[in-house]
Amino acid sequence: MTAKVETHDLKFWYGKVQALKGITLRVGTGEQLTIMGPTGSGKTTFLRCLNRLNDLVPGTTREGQVLIDGQDAYRAGADPDALRRRVGMVFALPIPLPMSIFDNVAYGPRLHGVRGRHLAETVERSLRSAALWDEVKDRLGDSAFSLSGGQQQRLSIARVLAVEPEIILMDEPCSGLDPISTLRVEETVEQLRGRYTIIFVTHNPQQAARLGGRVAFFYLGELVECAPAAQMFTRPRDRRTEDYISGRFG
Amino acid sequence: MKGTWRRDVILLSRRRDRIMVGVLTGSAVLAVGVLVIIVGYVLWQGLPVLTPTFLLEAPEKMGRAGGIFPTIVGTVVLTAGAVLVAAPLGVATAIYLAEYAHQGRTVALIRFGTESLAGIPSIIFGVFGFLFFVIYLDMGWSILSGALTLAGMILPTIIRTAEEAMLAVPREYREVSYSLGGSRWQTITRVVLPNALPGILTGIMLGVGRSVGETAAVIFTAGASLRVPHSLFDPVRTMSVHFYLLAREGISMRNAYGTAAVLVLSVLAVNFVAYYLMHRHLARLRGAGR
Repeated sequence: MTAKVETHDLKFWYGKVQALKGITLRVGTGEQLTIMGPTGSGKTTFLRCLNRLNDLVPGTTREGQVLIDGQDAYRAGADPDALRRRVGMVFALPIPLPMSIFDNVAYGPRLHGVRGRHLAETVERSLRSAALWDEVKDRLGDSAFSLSGGQQQRLSIARVLAVEPEIILMDEPCSGLDPISTLRVEETVEQLRGRYTIIFVTHNPQQAARLGGRVAFFYLGELVECAPAAQMFTRPRDRRTEDYISGRFG
Repeated sequence: MKGTWRRDVILLSRRRDRIMVGVLTGSAVLAVGVLVIIVGYVLWQGLPVLTPTFLLEAPEKMGRAGGIFPTIVGTVVLTAGAVLVAAPLGVATAIYLAEYAHQGRTVALIRFGTESLAGIPSIIFGVFGFLFFVIYLDMGWSILSGALTLAGMILPTIIRTAEEAMLAVPREYREVSYSLGGSRWQTITRVVLPNALPGILTGIMLGVGRSVGETAAVIFTAGASLRVPHSLFDPVRTMSVHFYLLAREGISMRNAYGTAAVLVLSVLAVNFVAYYLMHRHLARLRGAGR
């Protein structure tokens, strides 16, 4: 399996506080990796290094490499806007932009010059992929705020899919959702598997187990271990992993 | 637990609560009351004077008789000129300060500077405008001198309110835009500005209000001519200046109140239209009117 995303000894600081202490990780093309860990373990920081969203936070420092398709994302002359187009992100809380449902999904394609019928098709296809189309097809002009929390999060997923990224980062996309909405989002992720390279962040071991695939356990800015879910949840190699999945801390 | 609750303390706090509600309601009533009395009095005195002739004809005998048409033209032209100069410049500065400038000591200094500038008495702007535009640049008493002076006067307010409005747009909206591959400029034009527009508009409306109501700076820079201007280099008299001169020189209190009524009504109308447009914009932003 070729590596779609690769990091080498990635370190990150907010001011003087070190959030990542040298993460080396490989994610294959079309793979779905789950990053699990307690709050403050550097999961979100890691994701935001991959699409260079951390560039926007003043007073931060980064060391180490991020390779996307073998190319250094931080090389001189690299265009962060072009990178973010390929590396989509779904945030922890659904953030609908204050506009209609249609305009939310159309936001990304419009940035890149898609117009007219092709735009309408893209919006429909994205909403279908995010399993939201049937619920909103008759009210595309309504405010995105009129959707429920779970629908808003699937709208966020549709919005990302509309720019046709290669990699999707999901930063605890279910943290604000009830169990039923969580299930719907997980089903959506299930359907996207294989078509996109997905990195899914969660603090919840049960969710990591449900999602399957490989799981990486982050703790205090370190990658403790990375293994297939079946192995990690039955025979964790590290004591800290065992403590975390058995609920002894976190 | 029940036994430890002090009934007297609860009663006291309830009474304090009632007193504070009274004080706050009283303040609000007083503030609105003062406004209603002033506007009401001006309209009561001025409305009977308002006739088509008063609005559409030139003044005679220094304003003792006739209408106020040239001063209406003067007010509109001068205010429009000031806003046309100050609004684009102010919003552009605010975009720079809020979105581009490195948030450090320099920006803090610029912010402090604009804030101080906003508090400078208008007469200072008037004297500066007189020395710089009227004399040094030889523009004379003219619409151009007056509008540029007023623009300088309202610029700090527009910058400050626009910048505040942009900084108040949630960081998350920007991150969504960036995360979808949006450039900085796309993010500013498609997310930041539409959401900051009500605040930006408020600053511009404050500027319109200050321009319309200004007398000192205008007398120094645009003059007090009672003729209808034909070019940007002609002097004009605004309604505020006209009102001031009519009242100050005791020419005609009746026509002064008539002028004041037109002033008050036009400021109210401009505000009303601006808020109507703003609400329509907000409704569209929320996706109701697609």
